[in-house]
Amino acid sequence: MERSIALIAIFAALIAALGLMPNLMLATGVPITAQSLGVMLCGTVLGAKRGGLAVLLFVGLVALGLPLLAGGRGGLGVFASPTVGFIVGFPIAAFTAGFAMEQMRALSVGLAAGISAAIGGILVLYLFGVTGFMFVLGKSLGESLIVLGWYIPGDIIKVVLAGFITAGLAKARPASLLSRT
Amino acid sequence: MISLTSPVETWAHRWPAGLKLGLLSAATMLLFSVQAVEWHLIFFGGCLVLYALPGKRFLAGGLRRLFVLWPFVLLIVSWHFIRSDLEVGLVIVLRMITAVALANLVTMTTRLSDMMGVMRWLTAPLRVLGVKTERIELAIALVVRFTPVLTSKGQMLAMAWRARAVRRVGWRIITPFAVLAIDDAEHLAEALRARGGV
Repeated sequence: MERSIALIAIFAALIAALGLMPNLMLATGVPITAQSLGVMLCGTVLGAKRGGLAVLLFVGLVALGLPLLAGGRGGLGVFASPTVGFIVGFPIAAFTAGFAMEQMRALSVGLAAGISAAIGGILVLYLFGVTGFMFVLGKSLGESLIVLGWYIPGDIIKVVLAGFITAGLAKARPASLLSRT
Repeated sequence: MISLTSPVETWAHRWPAGLKLGLLSAATMLLFSVQAVEWHLIFFGGCLVLYALPGKRFLAGGLRRLFVLWPFVLLIVSWHFIRSDLEVGLVIVLRMITAVALANLVTMTTRLSDMMGVMRWLTAPLRVLGVKTERIELAIALVVRFTPVLTSKGQMLAMAWRARAVRRVGWRIITPFAVLAIDDAEHLAEALRARGGV
């Protein structure tokens, strides 16, 4: 139990810390916020239940008024803005990624993590994100997809990175990869 | 860690947090049920007055937080300008800004401890079901403590990278960063157990 709480809390703090690191660039110089990468990693490393709880804790603290989102944003205003769907979808995305990871034990860690991150971090997350966008701004599905679709290439890069990073963690700290133990 | 509560003390700081949250939900529901642009202009104006009442510093801090919405304002206004139904766009934009502004207002006038009180009240039914909600509070305290710790460890890693490499800090530091976090978590778990567990 202590270990679960410690890992859940530390991974919630890790998502926040990833959002505060400003200089994270890809080799091509494209800036990415690593925050949604952190959400994917919660699922692929901690598994469905603990990963989902870690991200839920993070989102809960944002709602309580801590400036943990990328760029120091936070508070209840986030839940009234057009990106509300993404924030609300974060815990479910991590849960789904973790669940998918737990089902693919036969595959190599990296590949399974990549597929899981894509299912949770893109498919499920955009389902919520697009719905929220449509609701707050009163736009149709097509219009919302045109706008939000611009972010999908960046998220595909994060999915690949999530695969590599999870594989690296499986080598460095195999006992802590709860999604596989 | 600094929370988003405003350092400018207002009368609303003394209101119960639950009341403010209730008023916020009612106001948000009203915003989404009204369609006339005149009403939204009135709501927006009223909201600005609320921000201006505690003084210039509070107003400036509040407006700065709303500034993140500008890409959406630009997007919606230009979209509806092209489709020549600007009034619809105006309603959407005003409603969005007022809703976010009111929610920010609650965050700015409510201390973290008061918000935690509301959370404790909301999780009370879970306690009846046998869930130990103190664990949630412990986890919150741990996140508040470890976010700056991990951030500074991340900065150390980035510095170590810059000292050795010509290329910019990239995604490659995330793996060692996560390893550091996992090690911290394992030590923390041991320390919690040594102190009697949870």
